[in-house]
Amino acid sequence: MKQSLVLNKVSDLVGTKSIFGKFKIGSFKFDGNKILRKFLIPALSILLFVGLWHTGSKALFQMEADYKIEKALTDQGREAAEAMQACIASGDVSCQPNTLPSPSQVWQSLQSLIADHKVISADKKAFAEKTAGINAKREAEGKAPITYTGRPSFVDQIFTSLKTVFAGFLLALIIAVPIGIVIGLSPVLRSSFNWLIQIFKPVSPVVWLLLVFMIVKTMTKDSNSDSAFIISFISVGLCAMWATLVNTAMGVSSVDKDYINVAKVLKLRPLQKVFKVILPSSLPLIFTGLRITLSVAWMVLIAIELLAQSPGLGSFVWEEFQNGAIDSNSKIIVAMFVIGIIGFLLDRLMLTIQNMVSFNKNDAI
Amino acid sequence: MSTTTIESKKNLGTVENGILYPSQVMLDLNDLKKVYPTPKGDYVVLEHLNLQIMKEEFVTIIGHSGCGKTTMLSMIAGLNEISGGNISVLGNPVKGPGPDRGVIFQAPSLMPWMTALQNVLLGVNQVFPHATKSQRNDIAKYYLHKVGLDGAFHKKAQELSQGMQQRVGIARAFAIKPKVLLLDEPFGMLDSLTRGELQDILIEIWNKEKITAVMITHDVDEAIFLADRVVMMTSGPRAKIGDILNIDFERPRTRKAVLEHDDYYTYRKHLIDFLEH
Ligand SMILES: Nc1ncnc2c1ncn2[C@@H]1O[C@H](COP(=O)(O)OP(=O)(O)OP(=O)(O)O)[C@@H](O)[C@H]1O
Ligand SMILES: [Mg+2]
Repeated sequence: MKQSLVLNKVSDLVGTKSIFGKFKIGSFKFDGNKILRKFLIPALSILLFVGLWHTGSKALFQMEADYKIEKALTDQGREAAEAMQACIASGDVSCQPNTLPSPSQVWQSLQSLIADHKVISADKKAFAEKTAGINAKREAEGKAPITYTGRPSFVDQIFTSLKTVFAGFLLALIIAVPIGIVIGLSPVLRSSFNWLIQIFKPVSPVVWLLLVFMIVKTMTKDSNSDSAFIISFISVGLCAMWATLVNTAMGVSSVDKDYINVAKVLKLRPLQKVFKVILPSSLPLIFTGLRITLSVAWMVLIAIELLAQSPGLGSFVWEEFQNGAIDSNSKIIVAMFVIGIIGFLLDRLMLTIQNMVSFNKNDAI
Repeated sequence: MSTTTIESKKNLGTVENGILYPSQVMLDLNDLKKVYPTPKGDYVVLEHLNLQIMKEEFVTIIGHSGCGKTTMLSMIAGLNEISGGNISVLGNPVKGPGPDRGVIFQAPSLMPWMTALQNVLLGVNQVFPHATKSQRNDIAKYYLHKVGLDGAFHKKAQELSQGMQQRVGIARAFAIKPKVLLLDEPFGMLDSLTRGELQDILIEIWNKEKITAVMITHDVDEAIFLADRVVMMTSGPRAKIGDILNIDFERPRTRKAVLEHDDYYTYRKHLIDFLEH
């Protein structure tokens, strides 16, 4: 009873009372509880978050505006100050205080980014249609086709970033899993490589980038390959692979003793032992490692793209920051949310794969 | 101790022309010693342990917790190093683990990511590499059938109950046709009803296959019901064989017949007296 009272209040607040009215009394309690937990509370917390953000950005805007007017007053006198005040109130672009954008500004920026993407896509399509004939001819003559070289849209940047992160993730997987298995199998190797892992694991992404830069720059000197992309995905892979390496080694070295004994009694050959017993039993830990690797890769990617000047969300953020246009700040916030949401989705994806391959469903957290 | 062995009716062997030909000794533990190094110095678990187990014999081992039963069994299995003395199987010294000595562990220790059938096949494939795939499948299925798991061939091991998992463990052990079967409290984790069922299954397959079996148990009734001889170990450290009791019940046995037998309580008292001193 108490439960339903609270619920009614909550639903009044959110304005979804009609939905609740449909429930029968019998199943009401259970369903109500679930809906409350799964939808209403998260929805409320989002509202609260947006509200706080709105108030906060308002206050910051006011502070910045006051400061501007104050400055005009001390520097140029009363008239200038009044002009400034009027200018800020009119919403003129030239004098707007530069601070944390409000939720509605960010929303507008998102809309404009989407509109921009549509324009660029249409442009690209037109370009492709226009050059189709020429390109077919060029191909027949053995020449490289003409490609679109216009500015990439925000959505293009997202896909570039995803491409880089997957390349880095694959690199980490290809390096870390086999090495982890080998190290995990041999206590001698484990203790001899431990120092190396311990030293390299905490090295900052920036340093990895510089290191990779030194090597790749020299190696790609003569070729015309996309060295910014190569540098950034290798750096991402190197930064992110340690969790997989450590987890794989741990999983392989800590296989249940009973399983090892079974393998010994049956006299399984070494390769059979690895593929039939050791690997399957360490899969949950390997996947935990891969999950961490993917989320680290996504996190460092932004910083690395920014530094390597390789296209993607990182350089988008950096360009907007340098650009300093009126909506730059809100575009950065849009990018922040997009980065966060994609990171979350990638993690869910890994969790799903992990649950599919792991024999013990409870192991996946 | 060897005199005790000869006393056993079953193991007397045959007398021909006045010469005694003892039945074949399957397992010979000779002056066995086990030392575990610990931070506080060496810990001698077993010392001067002598035991002979005949072909086709079922021996159960009882003793206080921590006396070294598991240690002894894992040394026979070749999973634990021998510190002194030796163990031989049909006269060949044990040098490491091998499928001639099947083990059923206390925990079922099936690979949880494999099905019941795959778990049994893991061993069968190893021991019968030249058989065809369908022959190997038949062997595995035969033993799974024997332990009453007809409907569970393709269930993942982790989806099976403890009792069913241990059934797979029994099937896996018999399916590799070992010379010796080593069992370390295989039914210790099961409730008494399941335990009784599995004892029946075990003894039924054993009656058929006549594999030499050595089984550790904490349960005096189980020890009597299953065994030709019950081996009692003294408490550690430096544990050895304290006493051996011959169980002269007819085989095949039924639980009812055993419980109603006149000697049953004499045997039982003998074992409990030993454990309480
Ligand atoms: N790896 C080891 N290192 C040191 N000591 C050990 C080791 N394994 C066993 N022990 C010790 O050796 C003794 C015998 O152990 P064991 O497991 O063989 O006993 P058990 O008779 O099987 O006992 P339980 O009936 O409880 O299973 C115990 O005191 C135990 O603490
Ligand atoms: Mg034990």
